[in-house]
Amino acid sequence: MKIKIIIFFIILNLNAVNAETFLVDSNKIFKNLRCLVCQGQSVGDSNSEFAQTIKLVVRDQIKDGKTEKEIYEFLIEKYGDWIVYKPPLNKVNFVLWLFPYLVLVAGGTIIFLLLKKRDNH
Amino acid sequence: MLSNIGNTLLSLNILIGISIIYFSFQNLSSSKVLIGRKIYHLCLFQSTFIIICFLTLVSAFIVSDFSIITVYQNSHSLKPLLYKISGTWGNHEGSLLLWVIILTIFSFFFLLYNKNHPKNYKIYSLIIQNILILGFLFFLLFSSNPFSMVSPIPKEGLGLNPILQDPALAIHPPLLYVGFVGSSIYFSAAIASLITNYSGKLFAQSIKNWVLISWSFQTLGILAGSIWAYYELGWGGFWFWDPVENASLLPWFAMTALLHSLIVLEKRSLLYFWVIILCLLTFILSVTGTFLVRSGILNSVHTFANDPSRGLYILIFLSLMIFASVLLFFNKFKSSNYNLNSNSKETFILINNWFMIFYLLTVLLGTVYPIFTEVLTEHKVSVGPPFYNTVIIPIVVIFLFFMSVGPRTQWIKNKFYNLNLLFKILIVSIFINFSIIYIFKSYSLMSNFIIISALFLIFASLIDLYKSLKKQNIEFPRVISHLAFGFLILFIGLNYNFSIEKDFNLKVGEKKNFENYSIEFQNLKLEDFQNYKAVIGEFKINKSDENLNQFLFPEIRIYEKPSTITYEASIRSNLLKDYYITMSNIDRSEYYNIKFQKKPFMMWIWISVIFISLGGFLRFFKNAKKYY
Amino acid sequence: MQKNIIKLFIISLIIFVIGVFFIGLNKSSIYDTKDLVGQKISKIQLDHFSDNRIITEEDLKKNDFTLINFWASWCAPCRDEHAMLLKLNNDEKNLKILGVNFKDKKDNALKFLKDLGDPYDDLARDEFGKHSINFGIYGIPESILIDKDLVIIKKFIGPISKNDYSFIKQIVRKQ
Repeated sequence: MKIKIIIFFIILNLNAVNAETFLVDSNKIFKNLRCLVCQGQSVGDSNSEFAQTIKLVVRDQIKDGKTEKEIYEFLIEKYGDWIVYKPPLNKVNFVLWLFPYLVLVAGGTIIFLLLKKRDNH
Repeated sequence: MLSNIGNTLLSLNILIGISIIYFSFQNLSSSKVLIGRKIYHLCLFQSTFIIICFLTLVSAFIVSDFSIITVYQNSHSLKPLLYKISGTWGNHEGSLLLWVIILTIFSFFFLLYNKNHPKNYKIYSLIIQNILILGFLFFLLFSSNPFSMVSPIPKEGLGLNPILQDPALAIHPPLLYVGFVGSSIYFSAAIASLITNYSGKLFAQSIKNWVLISWSFQTLGILAGSIWAYYELGWGGFWFWDPVENASLLPWFAMTALLHSLIVLEKRSLLYFWVIILCLLTFILSVTGTFLVRSGILNSVHTFANDPSRGLYILIFLSLMIFASVLLFFNKFKSSNYNLNSNSKETFILINNWFMIFYLLTVLLGTVYPIFTEVLTEHKVSVGPPFYNTVIIPIVVIFLFFMSVGPRTQWIKNKFYNLNLLFKILIVSIFINFSIIYIFKSYSLMSNFIIISALFLIFASLIDLYKSLKKQNIEFPRVISHLAFGFLILFIGLNYNFSIEKDFNLKVGEKKNFENYSIEFQNLKLEDFQNYKAVIGEFKINKSDENLNQFLFPEIRIYEKPSTITYEASIRSNLLKDYYITMSNIDRSEYYNIKFQKKPFMMWIWISVIFISLGGFLRFFKNAKKYY
Repeated sequence: MQKNIIKLFIISLIIFVIGVFFIGLNKSSIYDTKDLVGQKISKIQLDHFSDNRIITEEDLKKNDFTLINFWASWCAPCRDEHAMLLKLNNDEKNLKILGVNFKDKKDNALKFLKDLGDPYDDLARDEFGKHSINFGIYGIPESILIDKDLVIIKKFIGPISKNDYSFIKQIVRKQ
């Protein structure tokens, strides 16, 4: 049994080493995933049972050549948008992504108009 | 016994609050030019009693009086004295008492130190502030009473959550509260100013110092929280865009905007209504933040014991505050003529406000967005660091450029000076940025922009610093804060790009090599401490190209009261970099999960923030000397 | 006029935000995977616990209803639900129970079943927990009730309670 665990961890470590040779950065993905059983922690920051399992699965998928986006899509299908810290741009989340830029443009316009008013005097 | 004293003092304070409001109205209707001594005395009593009340609670914690439920739930007789004391405000009830203290003391000092302003303005400020005090006192007494009794009296307390037993966290709430509860006084003053039509320069002068002091403390408070998160939460980060952190940042943005536009009001009597909006907004955001944190409406890493009924009370209070101020504002608002030149200082301060409002609304939206999707579409989403980084960081670059250029303009006049110089600085910044890439390593395009713009601001501010030292002018505090802000962004940028983070599993005796580091898990021992047991690992870090030989000792602590497991990071810091290790056990295995991080310039991030707030304090003392 | 519209807009916005906060207060912020209900499970490849074979969708299509139960010998709440599972296995002929032994040692799992009884028609093994992700599991015990077409009818988080038991009975007997 012990040997099996050791083999498992050797494989795991090999996986980790392998992951680095790929372009997909596993650490970045871990940081962008919410650990569902924790209080506001990312999978990368947690060492819970769930986070460990997710790490294994993500590493596997990276090894299988999946892209970052595909991995997120897979997990969203299983756990919903809740699991990713960067909400995908869809009809529920478009306000979130659009509003800040709207504020930026609106603010700029107001300042511009104030200055223009002055020029007309 | 202590419980009775506390309850009596709280009730007494409610009576005093009501009498202050009563006598204030009486004073308003009389023809007296001065505020009666009676009111001063009542305010003095009010402050004294609330402080005694707080000290009563502190002593209940010190002597471990477990007949008081707050003490029972948050303390333990074996706890070190420092944490017994800090336990007073490490919980909902006690921290709310701290709220009321700051409301009360600020109220008294505002009255005391604004001698030269009209009576009615001061009286109305006092009335509004006392309405706020009463609101919170009622909340305290009826829904979150820190002096509630428990019977039968327990022999021992449940203990304070161990991750809160920490020096940085002991000072974090008081600092933060002086900041955002302090903002209540300019909320009250703004309303009084609307009621009494007391506008313009003098109004600006009356609240300026209060804005400065609350802003400086807020900055320090956020810093203390951040430092705590860095070494206590064990993830090696210092800012997680967690809802609770955002709640402390929102009023900070509003205060920063206010701090700047207040200068325009003071110097040029412009932007009065905008300043009023910011005054109102700052405190409204502070209360909103408290609502979000205490009601448990958001999922956060920093859990307060939350309770929807408390949330309801704060929400009702918040709604009343918002509606009263908005209606009053609509009633008094007159559109005025703005007289702005495109390259004048006024314009650049407006640009500062523009960006602050952008940051504020972005962070606010991100923080509350999950509530909206949940309520409106039954859809749960998480808004975390990647969102904020994507939206905010590019805008910071533009902001830094405006921040460098802005101070080199003059009031009213449509003219820059020294544009040539700025251009040279920009070239130097770009050159330094590429030297960093050439010597060390390359980083993303966005990081290039961040580092260049930060360097640009630093050099621009350094030139200002040289000038202000030579001429001894008033600009010095501003320069310090701006310079420190430049350094803050620079160090965050470098820290982000040059950090090394490794996550792996090891067992005792094994060694892990990566890049040119090696980490050896040398030993593991179990030790008993006063209030916890600890599993302590011994790790040796070496670097192939230098003789490093650093030893780090991360711990897993098992606390009994309350029974909790915490993971203590072991950190070796010096001026250039931090080495950071956390260790956690893997269930049903002899392996340990190890997180190793090398974080350059951590110390300088903290130092930069200290200097940012130092600028605020310096300006405060300069003003204080001038006016009082 | 224009000013009044702006005022009205701002006030309605405030009322809207406060209203949302108010409703939000009573919503639970606890996560669950209710979105999975109605989804069809696919790509199942579970190692059989003792035989050297793989359990796939084809195996599950044979059953009218399947309850997929994730458990481990080290998980205390799993003991609590065990009696319910045994009862379901005994009484409901339309229902097959597929156990998935989660991150467990084989010996401990066998001992657990020997001591408490074996409610499983089929038993699979998820040694590293990787397959559980495919089912949207995030802690054990969790159980998923699916029908013949492999569509998820309900997901049970935590041990199967008395209510859950009656719910399953009702669904299964409706057939």
